[in-house]
Amino acid sequence: MGELRLMKGNEVIAEAAIRCGCDGYFGYPITPQSEIMETLMTLRPWEDSGMVVLQAESEIASIHMVYGAAGAGKRVMTSSSSPGISLMAEGISYMAGAELPCVIVNVQRGGPGLGTIQPSQADYNQATKGGGHGDYSLFVLAPASVQEMHDFVILGFEMAFKYRNPVMILADGVIGQLMEKVELIDHRPRWTNEQILEISGEWATYGKSQNRKKHIITSLEMDSNTMEQNNLRLQAKYERMKEVEVRYEAIECDDADYILVAFGSAARICQKTVQIARQKGVKVGLIRPITLFPFPEKIIAQYASKVKGFLSVEFNAGQMVNDIRLAVNGNTKVAYFGRMGGIVPTPDEVEIALHQRFKN
Amino acid sequence: MSVLTERINQIIKPENLVYAKTPLLNDDAMHYCPGCSHGVVHRLIAEVIEEMGIQEQTIGVSPVGCAVFAYNYIDIDWAEAAHGRAPAVATGIKRVMPEKYVFSYQGDGDLAAIGTAETLHAINRGENIVMIFINNAIYGMTGGQMAPTTLIGQITATTPFGRNADLNGYPLKITELIAQLPGAAYVTRQSVQTPAAVRKAKKAIRKAFEIQAKKIGTAFVEVVSTCSSGWKLTPVASNKWMEDNMFPQYPLGDLKDSGRADADLYRIKG
Repeated sequence: MGELRLMKGNEVIAEAAIRCGCDGYFGYPITPQSEIMETLMTLRPWEDSGMVVLQAESEIASIHMVYGAAGAGKRVMTSSSSPGISLMAEGISYMAGAELPCVIVNVQRGGPGLGTIQPSQADYNQATKGGGHGDYSLFVLAPASVQEMHDFVILGFEMAFKYRNPVMILADGVIGQLMEKVELIDHRPRWTNEQILEISGEWATYGKSQNRKKHIITSLEMDSNTMEQNNLRLQAKYERMKEVEVRYEAIECDDADYILVAFGSAARICQKTVQIARQKGVKVGLIRPITLFPFPEKIIAQYASKVKGFLSVEFNAGQMVNDIRLAVNGNTKVAYFGRMGGIVPTPDEVEIALHQRFKN
Repeated sequence: MSVLTERINQIIKPENLVYAKTPLLNDDAMHYCPGCSHGVVHRLIAEVIEEMGIQEQTIGVSPVGCAVFAYNYIDIDWAEAAHGRAPAVATGIKRVMPEKYVFSYQGDGDLAAIGTAETLHAINRGENIVMIFINNAIYGMTGGQMAPTTLIGQITATTPFGRNADLNGYPLKITELIAQLPGAAYVTRQSVQTPAAVRKAKKAIRKAFEIQAKKIGTAFVEVVSTCSSGWKLTPVASNKWMEDNMFPQYPLGDLKDSGRADADLYRIKG
């Protein structure tokens, strides 16, 4: 068993990054996730593992530093919160286009605009539908615990390199600020130059030797036919993710008449709602998508023929509900309940909403 | 075989060779317009990399603008940056591979308009990189619009009656700003319109790369350049226009050559 600690969600992102052998973090402070960089700066990993930690002048600079370092075949990451992620959208699109691996943490706060520093899930569409320009998808993981904040840094880097694609950990202010018990992995060394050659030697910009062609990190292609092929290659990659990388948790769904669908901290609230409803004799289950892209559409489609309805519970105006509707394809009722502006609903509120939405 | 060809073939012999194209520059026809300064500066960078023997350790960062395809011509690894972000991309590369040589190559819109923050902050951090800045006072790739460095009265596609300070503000002398930054090691302004100027510019670029190995801060080389297409002048007339109009505003020479500042000058007292 690994080392056990009581830690904040944000702090554990930093700890997991160091322990998994991350090469670099580039970021800019923003509430509610500034503890990530503060923790890294306090732990000074450059003295031990050699991991680089740099406070950039903006989120724009941060993501483009990640672009450069990722292009060199290194395992690098950044983190921010909603308004900062909007600034990063340019670089994220470029990274998706250039097929660069990285981990981006979004500890969401309420919007639009400067919004609020309170928790939110209003960046669901931004995270799962691209967020920047062009046809691209991120691999999106939604942690619902401090343990998952830890685990998804490790899984995130694994997926990022498996698919040469940016990975987003879509957390929220609740999970970022929450303190929980977490089991930490043992320290792993950073990749050696030989390992980087083996893993990314075909494309990374580590210096051109005489015996190979130059490597160019770019998303640019002026020939339309080639550019369409590039797009088709990206789309095929996203299809492969949909086939093999879907992750979800199904809780008490087998006998359920109604299924709540919720991710991140909303799913924790819904777990309690399931208990409350079942005590009242209503058979309620919960599907918690862990990967928001690829979305667990197959399991939702399977249950669509069995249940009387799905209730999507989100800290936003109803974004994931549209993906549920697409998966359900008219085979049962789909409703939404959520709160906005940084308000976190209670389990009872969700139970009342379920009753109201499906009373007929 | 004509007499002339015969004479030429007598002359073309290895022992008579006085100049050769560096193998780092490939044989592709450059997309640059006749008279453009980019091609000359590309050659100088390629020659410096070859002469220093650092091809295997050098990563270039190309901009958005006319030089976006710089990576097509020089035979090294490249990262193509988003518009204005080359100094951030170069920072990322250099920070995770401090033993490599990293340089950015940017035009005036990229470096002094959309990427001003990235430019100033990379240099203020004293990033151990080389930055090459092509200043031709116009946006070439998008069709000749106003640049931050466009001169007052200069006609461009978006200043059809000449740049007007009331409406468009003033030419941005960003190199003078950069020379004030404590992180800058070497700041110089060069040009490539004559063989003598080309030789001086090459020396400056070589010096910039050598400074990178010393890790004493950012080395910044501005090249005051021509854009005959954007300026709507012949290459020869462009050189004259540059000498008459650009040089008085952007005077050539070194602006700083002292390495980055002593941090103690900026330290708290306790």
